[in-house]
Amino acid sequence: MVSLDLLINAIVAGILLGGFYAAVTVGITISFGMLDIANIAQPAFILLGSYAAYIITYYVPVDPLVVGFLMLPVFYVIGMAVYRLYYYSFELRGEQSIQGLAFFFGLLFVAEVSLVLVFGVDYRFVEAPYIGPSLHLGIIDLPLRMLIPCLVSLVMIAVLQLYLSRSFIGRAILAVSQDGLALQLMAASPTRIKQIAFGISVATCSLAGTFLIIIQPVEPSIGRDYIGRIFAICVLGGMTSFPGMVAAALLIGIVESITATFYGPSWAPAVAFGFLLITLAVRPAGLAGR
Amino acid sequence: MRTGTFLIAAALVGLAIVVLTRIFFTNEYFFFAAYVVLQYIVLSTAWNILGGYTGYINFGTGAFFAIGAYSSAVLHKLPALLKTFDILIPAVPLPVMIVVGGIVSGIVGLGTGYLTLRLRGVFFAIATLALSVVVQTLIVNWDYVGGSRGIYIIRPAQAPLGGGYIQYLYTLMMALSVISVCIARWIERSRLGLGFAAIRDDELAAEAGGVPTLRLKLIATTLSGALMGMAGAPLPYYVTYLDPGSSFNLAYAVNSVAMPVIGGMTSWVGPIIGAVILGTIQQLATVTISSALNLLIVGVLLILFVIIAPNGIMGLISARQRRRAAIIEAAVQQRQAAA
Amino acid sequence: MSAAQTAAAPLLAVSGLGKRFGGFVALENIDLTIAEGERVGLIGPNGSGKSTLVNCLCGTLRNETGSVLFDGRPLDGLIAHERTRLGLARSFQLPKPFHTLNLIDNLRVPLLYTVNARPGHSLSDTDVRARCEELLQAVALADKARRLPRDLTQVEMRKLELARAVATEPRLLFADEAMAGLSPSEVEEIIAVLLRLNQQGITIVLIEHIMRAVMSFSTRLLVLVAGQKIADGLPQEVMRNPEVERAYLGE
Repeated sequence: MVSLDLLINAIVAGILLGGFYAAVTVGITISFGMLDIANIAQPAFILLGSYAAYIITYYVPVDPLVVGFLMLPVFYVIGMAVYRLYYYSFELRGEQSIQGLAFFFGLLFVAEVSLVLVFGVDYRFVEAPYIGPSLHLGIIDLPLRMLIPCLVSLVMIAVLQLYLSRSFIGRAILAVSQDGLALQLMAASPTRIKQIAFGISVATCSLAGTFLIIIQPVEPSIGRDYIGRIFAICVLGGMTSFPGMVAAALLIGIVESITATFYGPSWAPAVAFGFLLITLAVRPAGLAGR
Repeated sequence: MRTGTFLIAAALVGLAIVVLTRIFFTNEYFFFAAYVVLQYIVLSTAWNILGGYTGYINFGTGAFFAIGAYSSAVLHKLPALLKTFDILIPAVPLPVMIVVGGIVSGIVGLGTGYLTLRLRGVFFAIATLALSVVVQTLIVNWDYVGGSRGIYIIRPAQAPLGGGYIQYLYTLMMALSVISVCIARWIERSRLGLGFAAIRDDELAAEAGGVPTLRLKLIATTLSGALMGMAGAPLPYYVTYLDPGSSFNLAYAVNSVAMPVIGGMTSWVGPIIGAVILGTIQQLATVTISSALNLLIVGVLLILFVIIAPNGIMGLISARQRRRAAIIEAAVQQRQAAA
Repeated sequence: MSAAQTAAAPLLAVSGLGKRFGGFVALENIDLTIAEGERVGLIGPNGSGKSTLVNCLCGTLRNETGSVLFDGRPLDGLIAHERTRLGLARSFQLPKPFHTLNLIDNLRVPLLYTVNARPGHSLSDTDVRARCEELLQAVALADKARRLPRDLTQVEMRKLELARAVATEPRLLFADEAMAGLSPSEVEEIIAVLLRLNQQGITIVLIEHIMRAVMSFSTRLLVLVAGQKIADGLPQEVMRNPEVERAYLGE
């Protein structure tokens, strides 16, 4: 017999989780969906965001979300630098597939091991007044530490969507994702545009990482759980569509939450992987031979 | 050199090394360390069949390796389990476990490939990355093999062929190394290897040229996964305490990518060079620096090589040879022009 | 075309072929037949769907509607390498050599995987080597047999591309813009190669922009505009077709 109370709260928690997952995935929707760069190091950047929030709030008494916002330009610059390196090493040489993947894998790996060396394997967490209390609406519990990141995440995505569809650079990014040649004819350099886009995709990790450490304590190896989730959500959401991505994130969040509530939390990574396999099997049309 | 001849030669070399080292080295530590290096020869060679030869990168070595290790754990406990049903079977010999580990891993490789290889290579890579997390999840939730608490495996008192048990494991791993290297070399020279290379260089053109690309890719994935599973099968007896800890997955994943990349991906020699160099360095370093720092260096080397020397050490050597040949040719031409 | 040829079943019969990419209709209701031994030219403005048509016929892309019969045999459901083994070959618009293999090995791939894969065939290793050398000689690349594709000039790459397609011993060859960017004398070279192949019995479909080459080479001309076939007939008649003139006005 399934308790209705439990089920409803699992769904609600899933929705909040999904909002967070959308923030985690939006960077990949830009870098992989639009720029066709398989940045499997994305979870590493997110964890860097988490640890940045941790270390700064450790010394300076400020809200972790503020740190997330302040670090946006830093991560943006890091993103641009990484793209530069990627471009000169791989895109220019035309050797994109295997060496590029190995490069990002190396980054992912080096980041995780570096975090272990600097911070150790203990769980780290941040403190804020909204971590702990919950809103109670009837039988529904809304933990603030999940509600607030979810809301900020959705705002962030909405802002990005506006930027991409209204601003010149934003529209150039969308154009690049469809046809780099057309952009060259418009006398805008695709490389510069891609650099900006990749910078944005990494910048989102600053906020996503902050959300993560607000929602749960972090340690370096949890990045790996996110690979399957991120790409599952991106693919399921249609690769380039933000609304699709949000819907996919909500779906996966809900299924994961229900699985965790009724079967235990250790099965969560399998859920995302299952989704990934199903989406790859069922939606090959948009993915094959692009 | 024909394949049969190479097999005999390699087997003799392997046998000679085993016999000489077992006589010469009395300190057990050598065999512990050598086992790891040989294991990496198998893993790198296996990875390279799919990665270097066919062009599909696999980040989930840990998964296939762990499947081999845990299938051995299952078989190790099988006699005890069957006894409760009054079925008596002898302890499963390790070579049988190796074969079973290979089969199970091979099937998983086939399955993963079947689901993802019709799409672009990047999706296969992502799936393998997620696969290692999932295999770990499955094992953590499986009490029969100890779940997250792990499982203790007791080495048999007697090692077949005499000598200590660790020397036996070392000998087995040497045999696996010889076998996997011979397989890799055979592939290189066969029609299969030509098909792999065509897929790597240009899959569309290969398909248009009559190469059944999906079938070949599945062969590569299955073979690669099977060899990795075989490399993992003796592990429980090596470590005696098997657990799905995190370092378990990651070290194998990054090493099996770094070693072929650094050694050179285009021939069977590269993975051996990478495995011997990196493996030995790591074995020496673990006593002086932490294992995390160890892995960090491997990761950094991987990034550096991928950017600066993507063809690995073998590539650097052959580039130097080509430059030398070009210089000589230019000098000869100058001589002829002056004459 | 002689009466005997028109009476015989066509080598390739396409009916109602359609292909879309999402909302974009790349090909619409294409009907065409090609008889054995013909030299057919396929022309059309950029983006009219010529390469998409070749991709669909050769199995690289899957068409949503329509059927294709090759020598009376339906091709639906067969993927590219199976169609190649049946006798359909193509060269790629942008040459796609196997860049880590030398020229001989580039030709060994189709020989081993197409010719040797056909029932009743089994070329020995020496036969394969000999055949590779023959093919390279036919396109004047024999002296570069051991070189890598990156050491080739543009026109040599195109010749290698054609040689690879011919290595599959096709009955029907699609030469997809094999002459783009070549000088007039290089164009003549390629035309000569194609004529020789046709004399040896290979039916050729030439997809090209270079009108002079197409007109002199083709026994029949097909015109594709915006995914539809708008003309099909003798070259001189097709070029006088007002719709065709309109399609090329401003070019």
